[in-house]
Amino acid sequence: MSAETMSIFSPKLAARFDALVEKYPVRRSALVPMLLYAQDEIGYLSDAVIAEVAHRIGITELDVRNVATYYSMLRFKPAGKYNVQVCTNISCMLRGAYDVFEKFQEELGIGHRGVTPDGIFSLEEVECIGACCWAPAIQVNYDFHDDLTPQSVPEILDRYRKVQDKEKNA
Amino acid sequence: MADVTFTVDGKKLTAPAGTLLIEACRKAGIEIPAFCYYPGLSLQAACRMCVVRQEKVPKLQTACTTTVAEGQAFITDSPEIAQARKATIELLLGNHPLDCPVCDAGGECELQDMTFKYGAGESLMVDAKRHRDEQQWSPAVFYDRPRCILCYRCTRMCGEGMDVWALGIQNRGVVSVIAPNQEERLDCEQCGMCIDVCPVGALTSGSYRYKTRPWEMNHVSTVCTHCGDGCKVTLGIRQAIDGSEIVRADNRDKSGINGDFLCAKGRFGFDFVENPERLTTPLVRNAEGNLEPVSWEQAFRVAGAKLKEIRDSRGGNAIGVVGSNHTTNEENYLLQKFARTVLRTNNIDHERTTDYAAFARAIAGHPGKTASLREIAAAPSILLIGGDPTNEHPLLAWSIRTNVRLNRARLYVANERQIKLERQARAALRLPSGGYAAMAGYLGGSDSVIKTSAFREAILGEEKLVVVFGEEYRGTAVEELVKWGVGQGNVKFAYLGDYANSRGAADMGLLPDMLPGYVPASDAGPFAQEYAGLPSTQGKTLPEMLTAATNGALGGLLIVGANPFDQVGSGPVTLKDTFLIVQDIFLTETATAADVVFPAASLYEKTGTVTNSFGDLQLARKAADHAGVKPDFEILVRLADSVGADVKALVPFGKRGVTADLGQSRGAQAGEADRHAVWLAANGLEPKLSPFDPLALLDEIERLVPAYKLDRLNLFGGNDVQIEPGLIPSFVPVSALAASRPDPVNPAHNGLFTSGTLGRYSHGLKDLEQHQAAGVATAAAD
Amino acid sequence: MPRLVSHPDEVKIVSKRFGLGATDIDKYIELGGYQAAKKCLEQGPDWIIEEMKASNLRGRGGAGFPTGMKWSFVPKQSAKPKYVLVNGDESEPGTCKDHLIFLHDPHSVIEGTLIAGLSIGSKMGFIYLRGEYRYLLEIMEKAVADAYAKGFLGKNIFGTDTEFQIITQSGAGAYEVGEESALMESLEGKRGVPRIKPPFPAVVGLYGGPTVINNAETIATVPHVINMGGAAFAAVGSPRNGGTRLFGISGHVERPGVYELPMGYNLKKMIYDVAGGVRGDRKLKAVVPGGSSTPVLLPEEIENLGMDFDQVGKAGSMLGSGGVVVIDDRTCIVEFALRTISFYQHESCGWCIPCREGTDWLKKSLTRFHAGFGTAKDIDNIRYLAENMLGRTFCPLGDAAAMPTLGFVKKFRKEFEDHLDGKPCPFAKHAEMAVV
Repeated sequence: MSAETMSIFSPKLAARFDALVEKYPVRRSALVPMLLYAQDEIGYLSDAVIAEVAHRIGITELDVRNVATYYSMLRFKPAGKYNVQVCTNISCMLRGAYDVFEKFQEELGIGHRGVTPDGIFSLEEVECIGACCWAPAIQVNYDFHDDLTPQSVPEILDRYRKVQDKEKNA
Repeated sequence: MADVTFTVDGKKLTAPAGTLLIEACRKAGIEIPAFCYYPGLSLQAACRMCVVRQEKVPKLQTACTTTVAEGQAFITDSPEIAQARKATIELLLGNHPLDCPVCDAGGECELQDMTFKYGAGESLMVDAKRHRDEQQWSPAVFYDRPRCILCYRCTRMCGEGMDVWALGIQNRGVVSVIAPNQEERLDCEQCGMCIDVCPVGALTSGSYRYKTRPWEMNHVSTVCTHCGDGCKVTLGIRQAIDGSEIVRADNRDKSGINGDFLCAKGRFGFDFVENPERLTTPLVRNAEGNLEPVSWEQAFRVAGAKLKEIRDSRGGNAIGVVGSNHTTNEENYLLQKFARTVLRTNNIDHERTTDYAAFARAIAGHPGKTASLREIAAAPSILLIGGDPTNEHPLLAWSIRTNVRLNRARLYVANERQIKLERQARAALRLPSGGYAAMAGYLGGSDSVIKTSAFREAILGEEKLVVVFGEEYRGTAVEELVKWGVGQGNVKFAYLGDYANSRGAADMGLLPDMLPGYVPASDAGPFAQEYAGLPSTQGKTLPEMLTAATNGALGGLLIVGANPFDQVGSGPVTLKDTFLIVQDIFLTETATAADVVFPAASLYEKTGTVTNSFGDLQLARKAADHAGVKPDFEILVRLADSVGADVKALVPFGKRGVTADLGQSRGAQAGEADRHAVWLAANGLEPKLSPFDPLALLDEIERLVPAYKLDRLNLFGGNDVQIEPGLIPSFVPVSALAASRPDPVNPAHNGLFTSGTLGRYSHGLKDLEQHQAAGVATAAAD
Repeated sequence: MPRLVSHPDEVKIVSKRFGLGATDIDKYIELGGYQAAKKCLEQGPDWIIEEMKASNLRGRGGAGFPTGMKWSFVPKQSAKPKYVLVNGDESEPGTCKDHLIFLHDPHSVIEGTLIAGLSIGSKMGFIYLRGEYRYLLEIMEKAVADAYAKGFLGKNIFGTDTEFQIITQSGAGAYEVGEESALMESLEGKRGVPRIKPPFPAVVGLYGGPTVINNAETIATVPHVINMGGAAFAAVGSPRNGGTRLFGISGHVERPGVYELPMGYNLKKMIYDVAGGVRGDRKLKAVVPGGSSTPVLLPEEIENLGMDFDQVGKAGSMLGSGGVVVIDDRTCIVEFALRTISFYQHESCGWCIPCREGTDWLKKSLTRFHAGFGTAKDIDNIRYLAENMLGRTFCPLGDAAAMPTLGFVKKFRKEFEDHLDGKPCPFAKHAEMAVV
C-alpha cells in the first residue's frame, strides 16, 4: 500500500510504515513494531488496524492476530489516553508497589485494566518494566516514573492532567 | 542416507542416518507416545510426551526431534521416563475437563489412552479449572478450548497439509487458544481434517457430536460415493430402527489411496442416506396418473411385462437404457448386458462427464502409460493441464501438495484460469484461449499459440513425468496429447472425470458404440459369441435417447441411478409415449416422471467394485442398511427375470456344466463349451451360488475385459489395484476404436460441497455450502 | 530518570562513560569511542575472536556462555547472510542494567555489534529492545543514525570496503522473546515461541543464516575488551570469569542501584557495603542472586560467596542476569514465591505442556495457599510439580519458573507450614491479593 491509497494512519505514520517494511530482509519483520506504532497512534489494534497492517505486509489478518495476541503490550480495546502501568513484580513489590497500585486505584477510581469514564486514564498492573533498582516504578505510556511512594501518586496524575488541560485549551 | 546402527532399550536397530528416533522406534515396534508429533507435519517438540534418555546427554530428549546417528544409545522405557510422561499427563489434566462421559472422543481419545497407560490415576488438582465456552466455527467444526491440549496438529494440518491456513494460535501461555480465521467463524474448505487429527475431543464434528459412543459403532471401510478420486472412507455404523445407520464418516483406516485425507463430501456428505425423502417402496403410476406404492413383485411384473411387450412389438431399438456414475462396475456391466442381451438394444449410455472413451482409444496398445493416484502422489514431476483439483478433485490436490511438500516433487501447471495449486507449482503457464488444444503441439515444439519455450524446456528436462489433464480435453485432443506423451517414453497419464464410478461406467460399456473394455459394438469379438442376440448396430447416445423419447420414437426407457431430466441446459424433458422405469435413491426429477420407480440402495449399502478417475479399482463394502431398498444389481436381475430372460445366462451362478466341460475345454477356443465355467476352473475359482452375487459378474468382467486383470488378494483385502487400460484385446484393431462422432460429454464441475443430484439430498453439504456462501457475501459487503 | 550510584569498590569499565554525555557521538569519540572498531577492522576476524576468548567474557544474559567461543562457532563460509543480534529484551525481574547502557552509552552497543559483525563476517546487525524501552529505543535510533552519518556504519565503514548495517527493533511485551531463538522469531514478525534446537543460531539463525546473538551488556563490553586487551580484561575478574559485571541490586537495601564490580565480588559485601545493607532496622532473610529465575540463597549461604558463574552455581543457584534482589525478614516468602510464579505464568509462551500448565497450576496453588486455604499436601504437590517441570520443558523458561519455586519450598518449608490451617499470612497486608 502506498501513501496515496486510503490509510487509516496519519500521513506521517503511513510514510513511516512504507519505509519500515522495506527496511528488513523480509517485510514481515516489520510486523511487531508496526503493531506497536499503530497502537500508539490509534489507541488500540482495531479490526481496521489489523486489516491494514496485514495488507501492508502481505499476510493474512489471521496471521496478524496470531502474532498480535502474543505480545502483552498490544491491546484490542481502547485504553485511556494515559495508560498507567504499575509494576508489581518482585523488586517493586518489595518496595511497596502494591501500595502505589492501590493509591492509583483510589485516585482514579478504577481497577486493573480499568479506564476512567473520561477516557483520560487507564490503569494496569504490569510485569517487570526494567526499573528494578529504582523501584517502585511505573510507566505512563512510555514515560518512566521511579522511586515512588503512594504520596507521589497524586502529583504524577496532576502532571498529566495539566498536560491534558493545556491540550484541551489550545 | 546411509544406514546407521544404534541401540534402543538394549536392542540394536538400523535406520537411515537422520531418521527421526520416534519413526525408527515405531518401525521397530517400540511405541513412543506423542501428542504433537504427527507424521508428515512439521516438528513441534511441544507436548514433551516422547521424551527418552540418550546416553551421555544430561537432559531427557524428545524422540520426535532427535535424529539417529551411528552408535547412539537410547532408553525409551524406564521409571524416570514413565514418571516424566505421567507428570506431563497430570499437568494436562490440571485444566483438562474430565467430561469424558459426554465427550465425543471418549473411548477413542489419545489423552485417555495415555492417562490409562501412564497411570496418572490420582487427581492432584484441587483448584478450579479454567473454563471457556465452546464455540461453533462452522456447521462442521466446533471448538472446545478446555479440552484442547494445544498439540497444534490442527493448525499444521490446515496450513501445511491443506494449504488453507484457516487456523491460528492466539494469546499466550495458558490462555492460548486455537482460533479460526474470521473471528469466531471458520472460512475454509470445511474438510474437517482438523477434527480428524485432533487427539482429544477439542475439535468435534457438527455431524457427529453427541450422537453416539464410539464403541457403539462398527467401522466399515468402503469407497466414497462422491467425486472421481475414490477416497477410502471409514463409515461408523450403528443399529437403527430401519436398518443400520451411518453416524460418522472419517478416515481412521489410513491404508487407502487418500492416506490421511478426506474432504468435506467424504466426511459430511454421507447423510443423504438418512434423508427422509429416501424412497423405500416401489412406486407404479396408477390409472389416475399418480405414483402409488406397490409391492416389489407388482412393480417387477408391471415393468417386466411392459419392457417385454415393447421389445417384442417394436424391437430393442425402441428401448433406451441409461446407467449411473455411482453404481458399481458389476451393476454397470449387468445393466449393459441386460440391455444388449435381454432388451436387445445398444441404446445404452450414461451421463458422461469426461471422454474416457477417447482416452481408452488413445492409450490402447500402450500398457504402462497410465498413472494411478499413488503414482501421482510419489511422482518426481507432474504436469497438470486444465482442471481445478482443489475444488473438483480434492484428493488429487492433496496428493500433489503432499508430494511437493514432502518429496519436493516439481509441479507444472498449465491452465487458462488461475488455480490454487499454482501455489505449489515450480512453473505455471497461463494458457491463451485455445491453449488446451495447442498444448500437444506446444509440447512437441510448436510456439505458434503458446509463446514461451521455458515452460516446455523445464518439462522436457524431467526424467519422469505424469501428465494429469482435465475435462477440457475431449476426443482427438485427448488422443493428440497422449500421442505426444507416448512418444516421449517417460510420460504417464491421468485423465480427470467427475463421479465415484464414472470411469467404471465407461469401462463397463455403458456406451452405445462400445462394449465393456471399449470393444466396438460393430466388431464385437468374443462378445458376439458371449452375448446371444447382441445387436451390431450402434445405439443412441443419451441426448439422442432423450430426443427420441420426446418425439415418441422410444417406447421404453430404463434409467438407473441417473437424473438426466435435470441435466443442465437440456431443459425439461416431456416424454411422449415412453414407458419410463427408474431405479434410484430419491424421487428425482427423472423418477418423478417415471411409470415405475424402484427404490435403490446407495453405494454405502452394497458391495461391489468401483474404478476412480485414475484407474484405481477398489472394493466398496456394504456398510449401512436401509429397510425397503435393494441394490441395483438385485433389482436388475429380478427385472430381467420378469422380462422372461434366462437369468443364468445373465449372471453366471451355480455349477452348471463345469464338470461336463472340463475335459474338452481349451481356454477361449472351447467352442460351444461353457466358457465361463472353463475360465473359472482354469483360474481356480468357484462359481458363485447366488444370482444376486455381484462377484459372479466380477469374474466375468475379469474374463472379458483385459484391462481388469485383478489382483484379488489386494482387491478383496481392501486395497486399490490398478487397472491397465493399455491392454486391449488382441482381436480389436486399434483402428477399429476410432470415434465416428462427437461424444456427448457434460462435465459436472462439482465443487467442494456439491455432488450432482446426490449432493442435493445431503443436508451436511448444503449447510456447509450456505455457510461458505454467507461468508463470501459478508466479505463482499465489507 | 534512573539514578546513578557509585561505590569505591566499583571497577568502571562498561559503565565508565555513564553520566558523561556519551550519547552524543562526538563525546563518545572523545572518550575513546570507535577506536576498538577501527582496530578490529585492521586486525581481522581471527584476532578478534582470540582476544574475546582470552578475555574470558561470558554471556551477561544469564547463561554465562563464553562469548569468544560462541562467535567461533559461526561457519566462515555461508551461502546465507550472517547476522549479529543484540538482545536488549531485558525482562528478567530484578534486572535493569541494559536500561542504563542504552540510556548512557548507546554507541558502545553499536560499536560492540560492529565488532561482533566483523568477527563473523556479517554485514547486518539488529539491536532488539523490549517494547517498554521506547525512550531508550529512540536514543539508540539517534545513535545509529549518527554512526551512519559519521561513516561508522553503512556500505563502506571507516572508509573501507567493508559493509555493516544496523537495524533497531522494538518488541511489544514478551519476556519469552529474551530467549535467543524466540527473539529471532519475533524479529521475523512471528509469535515469540522458541525454535527447536539443534540447529543452533550459530548455524541456522535469523532468516536461516548463521547468527551470533548476545546480550546487550555483553556487546557493550566488547569494545572495552578490545581496548584493554583480552588478557587485561580477564585479569580483572575471577578464574574463567573475565572482567566486571553490572550488578543490579534491588529490594530491601539502603542504596539500590546498578554497580559495576569485578566478577567474583563477595555477595555479602555487595549487600552490606556497596548497597548500604538491609534497609532500616531489618535483617536479611534471603537473597535472589541473579534475577527472579535463580534459586534463593539464605544469609548463611552468602557468607563467602563470590559472584561469578561458577561459585554461585556451586552454591546451588545461578549468577543469571546479575540482578540481586534482597529480601528482608518482614517479607512473606510465600507471597514472594507467588509473585515470582505469577510472572512466569504470565510470560509462559504456552508452547509446551509442562511450562504452560505447570506455571498455571503453581500460580493457582500458591494463590490459594497464600490466601490461607492451603493444605499440607499442597506443599508436597508444589514441590512435585516444580520438580516435574525441571528439565522437561521446551525452553529454559520452565526451569526459570521451577527452580526458584523449588528453592522457596525447600528452604522455607516452615514458612509455608505457617500458612496452613486457615492462619492469616503472618507478614503481609496483601494476604488477600489475588494476582492478575
